[in-house]
Amino acid sequence: MKRAGFTTVWLPVALLLPQLMIIAIFFYWPAAWAVQSSFYLQDPFGFGSTFVGLENYTDLMTNVEYAKVARFTVIYTVLVTFFSLALALLLAVKADTVIRGAKSYRTLLMWVYAIAPPVAGFMGLMFFDQRNGPLTEMFQAFGWEFRLGADFNSTATAMVIVAVWKQIPVNFIFFLSGLQSIPKAVREAALIDNRSATGRFWDVTFPLLAPTAFFLLIINITYALFDTFGIVDTLVRSEPGNNPVTLVYKVFVDGFRGNDLGGSSAQSVILMILVLVLTVFQFRLIERRIHYT
Amino acid sequence: MTFWKIAALNAAVAISGTAAWAETEITLWHAMGGQLGETVNTIAEDFNASQDDYKITPVFKGSYEETLTAGIAAFRAGEQPNIMQVFDAGAATVIGAKGATIPVQDLLTENGVDFDINDYISGVRYFYADSDGKMIGMPFNSSSPIMYFNEDALAKAGVSAPKTWEEFQSVTAPALKDAGYIALSQSHLPWIFTENFMSRHNLPFATNDNGYGGAEGTKILVNNDAIKAHFTALTEWKENGLFEWYGTGWGDNATPFEEGEVAMWIGSSGSFGGLMKKDLGFDFSATVLPYWEAVTTEPKQTFIGGASLFAMSGHDAAENEAAARFFQYLTSPEVQYFWHKETGYVPITEAAYELAKSDGHYDRFPAAEVGIQQLSLPGGENTKGYRMGFYVQIRDVMNREYGRVLSGETSVEDAFANIEKEANDLLARFAKTQG
Repeated sequence: MKRAGFTTVWLPVALLLPQLMIIAIFFYWPAAWAVQSSFYLQDPFGFGSTFVGLENYTDLMTNVEYAKVARFTVIYTVLVTFFSLALALLLAVKADTVIRGAKSYRTLLMWVYAIAPPVAGFMGLMFFDQRNGPLTEMFQAFGWEFRLGADFNSTATAMVIVAVWKQIPVNFIFFLSGLQSIPKAVREAALIDNRSATGRFWDVTFPLLAPTAFFLLIINITYALFDTFGIVDTLVRSEPGNNPVTLVYKVFVDGFRGNDLGGSSAQSVILMILVLVLTVFQFRLIERRIHYT
Repeated sequence: MTFWKIAALNAAVAISGTAAWAETEITLWHAMGGQLGETVNTIAEDFNASQDDYKITPVFKGSYEETLTAGIAAFRAGEQPNIMQVFDAGAATVIGAKGATIPVQDLLTENGVDFDINDYISGVRYFYADSDGKMIGMPFNSSSPIMYFNEDALAKAGVSAPKTWEEFQSVTAPALKDAGYIALSQSHLPWIFTENFMSRHNLPFATNDNGYGGAEGTKILVNNDAIKAHFTALTEWKENGLFEWYGTGWGDNATPFEEGEVAMWIGSSGSFGGLMKKDLGFDFSATVLPYWEAVTTEPKQTFIGGASLFAMSGHDAAENEAAARFFQYLTSPEVQYFWHKETGYVPITEAAYELAKSDGHYDRFPAAEVGIQQLSLPGGENTKGYRMGFYVQIRDVMNREYGRVLSGETSVEDAFANIEKEANDLLARFAKTQG
């Protein structure tokens, strides 16, 4: 068999060059710059700069508050990922069985996807308003003194709810198309073997959805870690105070509000390493165990 | 041929035109949104209309923090504006970066504008000055925390505005509670109950002459008994329904006052203009910040909040001259009085204050004078200001710990120990950035 290929080395290199340049300029160069400045403490205006080695990192590691922010970020990520996947799956399974008006029902569920995170945050501000937010009143009716902005747990709850609400449509679209790609023959065969709908779901449908679910798991973790920035910023109104923040938000607060470039760079390097670990985990550990059809 | 003739003529006109009526254009980056921004635009337009040599363009850059960050990024790229507004908490950052700005005092004298620091009201003279007393930034929108009160509520409770916190605690607040009000809220704990608490009671806020002596070795002195007693009192008042805290947001704490639930609110003297324009449904007035008689019997003036204007370096002489002329225009009594009247920020010169008085502004609005009266109270060795690096982050730490105290997550003792430690770590880090 004859393989089609390039006769010279230069043509493929030339064709790849634009892509490589974009990656280098927009990804590697800023990343390298962040790594470099994480070893310095510098004057914001760029006059003085002191090489401090790993001090920015050791300061972070010994900082009790940084540990608290990290702990909150983990809890937040777990909650957002779990609830947005679980609720989207439930909705997708139910939508899959709808026969009449299926299209409009699905479209309605997808609409929220078009809302930008800061806008979602603003809607959250209105729903959870201290004085006349409907959800605040609902929580208070259940006896919880819910106070957005003044109480840590209240703000944390609002953040999780808004972030989950915003993410459900994405997951819903993927789960629904995943469900619809399961062959009818398999479902019918399962129907003969098992009469319980719940049993059929866990034994047949769910394993066949696994590739989709795994893909979404990674997407949702990165969403909760990084993309909820806009939601966090609007809900704390750029003044975190005693409210919870995520690690990415802390990079912003220290770097852009506080002008501590070295410390902020060290924090972003830590996040880069986190993403690296997540990617390795994705490709090495789980891909092997999940079979794509 | 005709075409080329016209083109040549046009070019000639264009060249001679720019030569004959060359306006020096300069830019001002500021953080004044809404009504305040429109007032800045009016001042700029009036300045442009008042002469033909200079043209200033104000650009709104977002919040104070965003404006500072934008200015820093622009400076590093060599694209800095001629004038940048920097707020009180960012003063150490911009003044510490020697070479980033031209001291406003030098700028004015080099361009033939008379400058005498004693023309300025005493409270604003040295806040943005260096350790030798040279003015670096031009105080622009200067304000001070003052206590607004609902006159109807106080009349109903049969009390007058308290002069001391002792009076508030034993007389005013219980009476207001009986009359169905929450006695007090405030909008900015680090500014009102920390920085100005120190100034009002003439307590040192930091070593090294409140930080003016340089970043090296400066330590915060926030962990003292007077302020801890104040925060302990706040938590007790909150428990007894005499004080309420609605979170870190400025507006969250102001709204209950505007809606008549809270009888007294401590905000900025610059809030006056906004409150006047709202239809509150009750009469309000204002008074100076109370003090603890147990701490001092001679209360002093407070620090100015708000922001000042810095002339950025790296521009040619013509543009610097334009900036100097704009500062001259801005500090003229008429413009200062206009700014004061429209916004509630204090007039920064004695002459402007006199003009406001002689025009009868304070007869019409007595509350408008409270801010400047408070800034003109006797000063002490600790009242000229403070200079601490990474202060935006230090304020964030304070807000976090105070929030925890008031939501019952931590004790006053632990909170102040934390603030002291974290602030000193940040100050030490800042000192290294200056190396």
